[in-house]
Amino acid sequence: MTTVQAGLTYYKQVNEQVRGITDNEIAIENVVGQRYLGCGSSGKTIIIHGTPGNGLGQYLNGSTVEVFGNAQEAVGDTMNSGDIIIHGNVGDACGYGMRGGRIFIQGDCGYRGGIHMKAYQDHFPVVVIGGRAGSFLGEYQAGGLILVLGIGQDGAYPASNFCGTGMHGGKIVLRCDKAPAGLPRQVLVSAAGEEDLAHITPYVEDYCRFFGGDAKALLAQQFYVLSPNPEAGYHQLYTYES
Amino acid sequence: MAIDFLYPQYEVVRNYDRCICCRACERQCANEVHFYDPEFQKMDVDESKCVACHRCVSLCPTRALKIVKTNHTFKENANWTGKAISEVYRQAGSGGVLLSSMGNPEPYPIYWDKILINASQVTNPSIDPLREPMETRTFLGKKPGKIERDKDGRLVPNLTPQLALNVPVMFSAMSYGSISYNAHESLARAACALGTYYNTGEGGLHQDFYKYGPHTIVQVASGRFGVHKDYLETGAAIEIKMGQGAKPGIGGHLPGHKVGPDISRTRMIPEGTDAISPAPHHDIYSIEDLRQLVFSLKEATEYKKPVMVKIAAVHNVAAIASGVARSGADIICIDGYRGGTGAAPTRIRDNVGIPIELALAAVDQRLRDEGIRDQVSVVVGGSIRNSADLLKAIALGADACYIATAALLALGCHLCRSCQTGKCNWGIATQRPELVKRLNPDIGSQRLINLVTAWDHELKEMMGGMGINSIEALRGNRLMLRGIGLNDRELAILGIKHAGE
Repeated sequence: MTTVQAGLTYYKQVNEQVRGITDNEIAIENVVGQRYLGCGSSGKTIIIHGTPGNGLGQYLNGSTVEVFGNAQEAVGDTMNSGDIIIHGNVGDACGYGMRGGRIFIQGDCGYRGGIHMKAYQDHFPVVVIGGRAGSFLGEYQAGGLILVLGIGQDGAYPASNFCGTGMHGGKIVLRCDKAPAGLPRQVLVSAAGEEDLAHITPYVEDYCRFFGGDAKALLAQQFYVLSPNPEAGYHQLYTYES
Repeated sequence: MAIDFLYPQYEVVRNYDRCICCRACERQCANEVHFYDPEFQKMDVDESKCVACHRCVSLCPTRALKIVKTNHTFKENANWTGKAISEVYRQAGSGGVLLSSMGNPEPYPIYWDKILINASQVTNPSIDPLREPMETRTFLGKKPGKIERDKDGRLVPNLTPQLALNVPVMFSAMSYGSISYNAHESLARAACALGTYYNTGEGGLHQDFYKYGPHTIVQVASGRFGVHKDYLETGAAIEIKMGQGAKPGIGGHLPGHKVGPDISRTRMIPEGTDAISPAPHHDIYSIEDLRQLVFSLKEATEYKKPVMVKIAAVHNVAAIASGVARSGADIICIDGYRGGTGAAPTRIRDNVGIPIELALAAVDQRLRDEGIRDQVSVVVGGSIRNSADLLKAIALGADACYIATAALLALGCHLCRSCQTGKCNWGIATQRPELVKRLNPDIGSQRLINLVTAWDHELKEMMGGMGINSIEALRGNRLMLRGIGLNDRELAILGIKHAGE
């Protein structure tokens, strides 16, 4: 394990230093908002103490990034593969356009989480949010899984406005007592069945492994699945000039 | 319903004295206009399906065919034209959004045609490019504001990555999906041979074309299709697409039925799924956010490549470009309202945006006024039709031009503006294998090389005539331009004098 002290060093120098390290295990300490940590990297395990800045793990290509602290905007933006584990909350636009890999967030996620996530061949992106998510969660979702565990929400709807607007693939699973109402017309809501629970089980177990908690007890509670409504997608009718 | 009936726009005229019933026209037409009538032993047509692409005309061995615009007409009306009436009928019948392809065809002013170029007489001798060196090579990227030296007086190299162009013309973004594999291959090979660049568009880069990486600009758009580490590393530069001249402010939608196995691999999405590019990048709501994306791409590629930002020419383009220049982008690309598209809502294509001539002049002036012109290169497109447009653009302040419609014309496009149907008879805007193979990349790339080489010759001739022997001396040299038939306001925006002044 090679340790880098971020402190007040500008992100460009910190990232340059991190890229130069041949050791596959890297710790970055005293992080105070340095951007793009782990950006585009593969084959590394990067442990971060402090608060990483925007674009943490952007274009991530296989590395594991673990943050002991909160993260800011655009965590895992356009990531391809790897794991990002946040022992805290994250800001806006987390997992934007991600194609593969997993993001685990112990606490809450800001606005526009998981927008335009997409799956491809053996790539299946997963975002697990322990607490609750802000508005526009999963907008334009095209693939993958967004799982919101709603821990500490007393069974209330753990997302916010415009969840799943324009969704045309993938699914969003929410833990809450009652079926969410008032969702956009592109979204179908159903109570989670056995197959859905089997699908989310490994992710709930991993969440509890990373952050603690009782996976069995969580899974025993009520989950709802949001999936795209094939009747209401973006099939806008066109008429051609010929 | 009878009121929805529209008389076909084009008629197929066949000279039966010449027709030998070889049925070539029938085989060539993916729109199924031509068919053989065995009873009468002659060819017949359904002209309602004709898009006037001229494929049949071009391949008829006896020159028996021509396509003419019908003279069938509504009662003449300068306001309610036949087009305006037909569009109402089509929308009343379908409830649909009017969709069109290629650039804005409406008769707005074309400022290129109202600008004249200077030449030397007597005092400043002209230069003969056949006899004397003439420099049309240019470099795109941030230019350092000052020379730095170390304590021993040696130069400190502080030049950020540049794109070297042997000719000031690049092929602008067209995605694999909107155009065919063979069209992409033609563009890629021509870019390599010419020492310039082509652009992947937002559909990712086909595995076969990674070898053309040093002459490829890879695009990152709101859908982030096909964007991954290898893709970013393969390109010579990375272009962030914020907007497109043909459809500023709106996104794109490649319907699932066009996402076959190859497109799916290139875009990195499942086969048969819709590929939606949202109108905005949802991680960009400000110049500061744009800066974040610019630097994330620089970090991901270790500051080895210039980052370009493409915007559509809209009303506040100068202020927007100023922001983009401050975002850390190395190159700003501005796409005018006549820029092409594979599909755009007609009302947007024909009514949104401004001419590239005015946008370019305004942006160049604004960046100069703010003292930041050297921080970025400016590339313009939409539409550059010939070497004179190219020269005028450079004299108005552009570092280089993007061409796409002209490039497709070189490949055989006949501007029938029916790309959205996916039935391009010239093998360009289609994914049907039997149509794609009509475009031979050996011939296609050679025709592109021919076109750009010819423009380069013409550019040198015109520069020579002006007594200018390098692009650097032409760039932003508005004294070399004069307006004709333009009012004071137009001249002021273009920053040029009127002819005779």
